[in-house]
Amino acid sequence: MATLSPGFRGRSREAEPKLPPGQYLTHDFPVLSAGPTPKVPTERYEFTIGTETGEKHSWSWDELLKLPAETPTVDIHCVTKWSKLGTSWKGVSLDTLFEDVESAADYAMAHSYGGYTTNLPLEDLLDGQAWLVYEFDGEPLHPEHGGPVRLLVPHLYFWKSAKWVRGISLLLDDEPGFWEAAGYHDYGDPWREQRYQGD
Amino acid sequence: MARAAVSGRLSWRTATLVEARAENASARTLVFDVPGWPGHLAGQHVDVRLTADDGYTAQRSYSMSAPADGARVEITVQTVADGEVSPYLVDVLAVGDAVELRGPIGGWFVWRPEQLDPVLLVAGGSGVVPLMAMIRARRKHHNRSVFRLIYSVRTPDDVYYADELRRRARDDHGLEVTFVYTRFGEDAHRISVADVNTHGWPPELEPACFVCGPTGFVETVADILVALGHDPRRVRTERFGPS
Ligand SMILES: Cc1cc2nc3c(=O)[nH]c(=O)nc-3n(C[C@H](O)[C@H](O)[C@H](O)COP(=O)(O)OP(=O)(O)OC[C@H]3O[C@@H](n4cnc5c(N)ncnc54)[C@H](O)[C@@H]3O)c2cc1C
Repeated sequence: MATLSPGFRGRSREAEPKLPPGQYLTHDFPVLSAGPTPKVPTERYEFTIGTETGEKHSWSWDELLKLPAETPTVDIHCVTKWSKLGTSWKGVSLDTLFEDVESAADYAMAHSYGGYTTNLPLEDLLDGQAWLVYEFDGEPLHPEHGGPVRLLVPHLYFWKSAKWVRGISLLLDDEPGFWEAAGYHDYGDPWREQRYQGD
Repeated sequence: MARAAVSGRLSWRTATLVEARAENASARTLVFDVPGWPGHLAGQHVDVRLTADDGYTAQRSYSMSAPADGARVEITVQTVADGEVSPYLVDVLAVGDAVELRGPIGGWFVWRPEQLDPVLLVAGGSGVVPLMAMIRARRKHHNRSVFRLIYSVRTPDDVYYADELRRRARDDHGLEVTFVYTRFGEDAHRISVADVNTHGWPPELEPACFVCGPTGFVETVADILVALGHDPRRVRTERFGPS
C-alpha cells in the first residue's frame, strides 16, 4: 500500500544502477557516530584479533603499515540514506590479517575505541570483502571518519564499517552490536534494504 | 556504551497531517495523526517516505519534536535549498494530506523521564528539534532534573519554538535557555569553549549531554565538552546532515 504524495515529483529519475533502493547520491562525506570523536594517537594504536579459544593476534600501528597494502575503490551506503560512489581507500585486507588465525567461529564482533561495537558474519570479512583502512583519498584517515584506522566493509550498510576500530573478537554465536541492539538490522544488506530489524 | 533494546518490526504507517505551523520563514512544524502509533522517547526519530505518482519514492529521517501523545507525531522540518524532500514537507504538504512514516527509530540519543541527572542540551539550528522534545517531556512528566539549553542559531528570527522557549525559560523551574547568535548583534560568534563553560554544567556534576545539529557543529561542541573534562560516554550526539 503506497500513499501517493500529490505534487511530489522527486529528483531526476535517471537509472542509477549503482544506487541501492531508498538511497540518494551525495558528494560530501557525512559523518555518523553516537558520541564524540575519540582521538587515538598512532603510537598507542593496536589492533587485536581474539579467537573463541582466547588466542590473540595483535599488530601495532607500525606493524600494520608494513603489511601488504591494497587500494580499494568502492561505493559506500549509509543507513541514513546517503551513498557515495567510487571512494578510494588504502589499507590491509582482512584476509592478510586472518592468515594465521585458526578459528571455528562463524561470527565476528568489531570493537572500537570509545566502546562502539558491531557484529558481522566472519565470512563477510574474508575473500577480498573487507579491509582495515588508514587512508582516504590519498590522505591519512581523519579522526571524524574513523582515523587512524577503521574497518571498511562496503557491501554492508556503513555502520558495519566500524570507525576507530581496535579489534575483532570471534564468536561461536551471533550477538548484536551497538546499533543492532537498538533495533537496526542484524546483517544490513543495502541492496535488500535491511535497515531495521524485520526488514 | 550502554545498550538500549528496541525490538519488533518497523512497518510503514499512513500519517495524515492534522496541524501545521510555521516556526519561521524556512521551517515548519507538522503534526501527524498516525493510527496505531506505539509511542516513543524524546530524542528518537521517524523515517518519512514520499511516493510520486509514477511510484518513485524518497525517504528521509526527522526527529520528533514532542513527547509521545497517543497517535500524534510531531516533527519540525527545515527547508534545504534544492532539497528533494524538505521543501515538499515545508511548502507543499497540506492539512488532510498523508505521507508514510515509520518508527520510532534510535535507542541511544534519548532522554528518559526517569532520569534525574542534570542535563545539558546543545543545539545548532534545526538540531534543537529532538532537544525540544526532551524539554517538553521533562515538563510533561514533572521531572525535576535541572536542564540547560544552549541554542546556537543565526539570528533571533531563526529561532524555533521562540514563544514557547521564552515562556518555559520563565515558568519551567530548573530550565535555563541561552542563545548564541552567529549572525546577529555585536557579539555574533560561533559557539566557543567560553559559551559551553559558562552556560553548561561543570563536568563534576556528571550531566547527561545531548548535542545535535549539523556535523561540523556537533564535532566542535563534542570536542569542547571532552576538553572541558566531560566523560565521552556521557556525551551523546546526533548529526543531522552533511553540512
Ligand atoms: C537522525 C536524523 C534526524 C534528522 N532530523 C531532522 C529534523 O528534525 N529536522 C530537519 O529539518 N532535518 C532533519 N534531518 C535531516 C533530514 O533527514 C534531511 O537530510 C533534510 O531534510 C534534507 O533532505 P532533502 O531531501 O530536502 O535534501 P537532499 O535532496 O537530501 O539534499 C539537497 C542538498 O542539501 C544538502 N543537505 C542535505 N541535508 C542537509 C542538511 N540537514 N543541512 C544542510 N544541507 C543539507 C545535500 O548535501 C544536498 O546538497 C535529520 C537527519 C537525521 C539523519
